[in-house]
Amino acid sequence: MAYSDKTRGMYTEILDGLKNNGLFKIERYIHSSQAADIEVEFPEGSSLKKVINICANNYLGLSSHPEVVKAAHAGLDSHGYGMSSVRFICGTQDIHKKLEHMLTEFLGTEDTILFPSCMDANAGVFEAVLTKDDVMISDRLVHASLIDGIRLCSAIHDTFKHSDMGHLEEKLQLHNDKRLKMVITDGVFSMDGDTAKLDKMVELCEKYDALLLVDDSHSSGFIGKTGRGTHEQYGVMGKIDIITTTFGKGLGGASGGCVSGRKELVEMCRQKARPYLFSNTIAPPVVAGVIKVLEILSASTDRRDKLEKNTEFWRKGLTDIGLIIKDGDTPIVPVMLFNAKLSQDVSRDLYEEGIYAIGFFFPVVPQGQARIRTQISAGHEIHHLEKALEAFKKVGAKYNILGKTKQEIIEMYGM
Amino acid sequence: MEDMKEIIKDYVIKEYVEDDTEVTYDTPLISGGIVDSFSMVSLKRFLENKYKISIPDDKATPEAFDSVNKICTLVNEYLK
Repeated sequence: MAYSDKTRGMYTEILDGLKNNGLFKIERYIHSSQAADIEVEFPEGSSLKKVINICANNYLGLSSHPEVVKAAHAGLDSHGYGMSSVRFICGTQDIHKKLEHMLTEFLGTEDTILFPSCMDANAGVFEAVLTKDDVMISDRLVHASLIDGIRLCSAIHDTFKHSDMGHLEEKLQLHNDKRLKMVITDGVFSMDGDTAKLDKMVELCEKYDALLLVDDSHSSGFIGKTGRGTHEQYGVMGKIDIITTTFGKGLGGASGGCVSGRKELVEMCRQKARPYLFSNTIAPPVVAGVIKVLEILSASTDRRDKLEKNTEFWRKGLTDIGLIIKDGDTPIVPVMLFNAKLSQDVSRDLYEEGIYAIGFFFPVVPQGQARIRTQISAGHEIHHLEKALEAFKKVGAKYNILGKTKQEIIEMYGM
Repeated sequence: MEDMKEIIKDYVIKEYVEDDTEVTYDTPLISGGIVDSFSMVSLKRFLENKYKISIPDDKATPEAFDSVNKICTLVNEYLK
């Protein structure tokens, strides 16, 4: 046994450090399926509490949708539980190809390849298509999974200031001598809920002959008039070279992801992307569930339309009671509190009021930008949102932050 | 030399500072969290273009880029 007391002590010290710095994550146990109304055990061992969930990525309310669950059951019965293989050995079923074709059509691209997760898609895509002679230029606020994928790639990496198109153009000029340039962005930024200016980015990429990669994980299924994503919203469908996205959020909430885009780039991933080559194929019930999700979303825009209305109601409601939210029109609505402790106190008090929402603070968000990130769903009914607004009003009044400016809140609680 | 320091300091502020953080010639840039390791590449390319030099990758270390003064020392090494 090599796990000595000294080694154990080292890790204990690190974990204690996380606890002492307020960075230790504690999971809450949900005893129900994912939905607007859930039953939570927290802290561990306590009796179950019924709360309204406003922090899930369940944007379209499909995570426990009866038709999706039924389709997953049917997929389990017809195609089994697992394939015990990666895709290229003996792990590709007819339904995997069917889902890839459906995603290609849904996203308006040339081809699609499935990955076990979008984290894996982002981890694999860069090294599969770029070399050390190329450059990756990413928005400074892209998701951690893109950053990890970028780290795994031999191309050089540079960044541009968040959503600053002038700065992006400077970087494209600076690196214009590279064999390939790839611009990398989130479609919807997960912490702030704002969208990338894809129309401008496409223009710049065309001007400087650069590839454009968009991670649309927080968009697929509901952003744009028919829910195809940020490329639909900005009128640039067919002009994004690579879209990565997840099935773990709006598209059913289970797991899995994909790279969708130019057919040669997708083929490069099929041949070279390591998380694809060395990780198991997506389980058949999940594939069958995502196929049903795409059928539901292709038949009607009712769910994304309802989400849009819920989001408008929620954003207006929070503003009317005097809270500061980040501008935007997506269902990610950060309530700004600026101070880390205040964000934890407000989250705790909301929970007492039956509202499950999490506070985020440095290093997850920049110093002095602590917040409660709320996420709206088509699974919410207006009565859920009204109850949540009442709770925010009560807790906001307790901390005297309603109607206060950023400066006033910082003066009361500090950064 | 003073000119070079000002030019590099101005570039660092314009490129990396998004609030009112003060940057002096000795402010720790990488270890101080002002310039992340990803963004060093643009600083390196800026220096190479501006001063018509080539800095080998193994010399463009976080330590060598950690302040305006250190960057000037590095650039001067390749200007000779």
